[in-house]
Amino acid sequence: MSGAAPVLSVDNVVKFFGEHQVLRGISLDVAEHQVVTVIGSSGSGKSTLMRCVNLLEVIDDGVIALDGRDITDPRVDPDHVRRRIGVVFQAYNLFPHMNVQDNITLAPRVVHGVPRAAAVERARELLARVGLEDKADEYPDRLSGGQQQRVAIVRALATDPRLLLLDEITSALDPELVGDVLRLVRELAEQGMTILMATHEMGFARQVADHVCFLDQGVVLEQGPPEQVLGDPVEPRTRQFLARIIDAGRL
Amino acid sequence: MRTTELYEPSARELDRRAYRRSRARRSTAVALASTLVFALLAYLTVTNAPGWDRTRATFFDISYGWEVLPDILEGLWLNIRVLAVAAVAVVVVALMLALLRTLRGPVFLPLRLLATAYIDLFRGMPLLIVLYLVGFGLPALRLDWLPTSETTLGTIALVLTYSAYVAEVFRAGIEAVHPSQRAAARSLGLTYRQTMRMVVLPQAVRKVTPPLLNDFVAMQKDVGLISVLGAVDAIRKAQIEVAQTFNFTPYVVAGLLFVLLAVPSARLADWVTNRAARRQQAGGLV
Repeated sequence: MSGAAPVLSVDNVVKFFGEHQVLRGISLDVAEHQVVTVIGSSGSGKSTLMRCVNLLEVIDDGVIALDGRDITDPRVDPDHVRRRIGVVFQAYNLFPHMNVQDNITLAPRVVHGVPRAAAVERARELLARVGLEDKADEYPDRLSGGQQQRVAIVRALATDPRLLLLDEITSALDPELVGDVLRLVRELAEQGMTILMATHEMGFARQVADHVCFLDQGVVLEQGPPEQVLGDPVEPRTRQFLARIIDAGRL
Repeated sequence: MRTTELYEPSARELDRRAYRRSRARRSTAVALASTLVFALLAYLTVTNAPGWDRTRATFFDISYGWEVLPDILEGLWLNIRVLAVAAVAVVVVALMLALLRTLRGPVFLPLRLLATAYIDLFRGMPLLIVLYLVGFGLPALRLDWLPTSETTLGTIALVLTYSAYVAEVFRAGIEAVHPSQRAAARSLGLTYRQTMRMVVLPQAVRKVTPPLLNDFVAMQKDVGLISVLGAVDAIRKAQIEVAQTFNFTPYVVAGLLFVLLAVPSARLADWVTNRAARRQQAGGLV
């Protein structure tokens, strides 16, 4: 791992929404097989950062590189970049007019040219891995939140992405269902998936993350191994944030 | 924000912006050039056609067109008044029909059936036939409380036909509101009617505004069909002129006036659609 370019490198990224500067020079790296967690209060820019990495937003300054190649260059085709990144959204964003299997096989078939039979087989295999093999023919609205989110993760995985972006994937789930989804993410991490994840689940971040970044007002205020950032933070703002989380009983 | 230091874009960002600008300029230039080429080709094809001189004299006689314009405008005023009345009536009748069709429960079966039958009938029947039936059939009954003016009868026929179309648009809108919205409203203790009025319909109307405006534009020009009953509207005026001179320019003038009438509605429809899209999207590129 040493010496090789990180899978994702975010360097001094700036993003404005109108007059409001949401990202004020964010820098972070995600090395291969690493799980990097971004924490911070609502409005600190976590989701915006995720959207920028997936080129859903145009950044206003800085560089984002995937495998050492600048993806924020306007000469780069964003579709090619997005093919190599899997994204799971907070609100699942499954396509309600397609059943689970079609949701999963859509991108492999249409974007990556995988034959239908192979795509279906892979979808079934992935669904079995997350315990949803019997739901392949169901429509998303008929599944529980936790099941939908696991399908969404499978959909992101079906294209074998180089990098997985998880944007507060458990925020819309009740605590009982959070466990299933987090167990799945932990498995992925153990299998060597490269993950950048925004989360409010501090306990989970501590267990799974290799590196934690605390985002505050559009900058990475503090970053390091989870024991340090979550256990013994240097910055007063980080301490304050964690104290509030502990009060809320989430650590 | 803490310190609001002035933000200076880096050289790399300036380079990216310059590149995007040059791409934008290039695509504008390509669009402009292709439009010009197309317009030129169309112009040359038409003006070089063997019958162009004759066509121009019979359909595009500009001085004759100016001459008949005031008369046709006077007729158009009737179209506009009919349109205004018909549009309001259509919305009211259509909304009622849509609500009847979406009623639930076996008690309302007769109402649902009636509404469905009405919609099937008037959506299927050609407007021209409805105009004849209402315009000539109703007066033939010789009931003295029925209106006899061809304008009123024409308006009734338009409302009958268009309310059937628009009712289906409204119904599609009502059914496109996610069931969870009804569930949320009913859970708050709102009755069926309150749920419809305050939660479902406002969302439904917003969803269907673009198709509604589309139907409005369609009706704008169909208003001209009342001329078949003898109402002296823009098309009828043009017809009278044409019958005297055998020059078709008045029709073209009337047609252009209807286009001018439709353009603001079409732009309004675009604007409403775009605004809805902007509101519902969180932003972003895709």
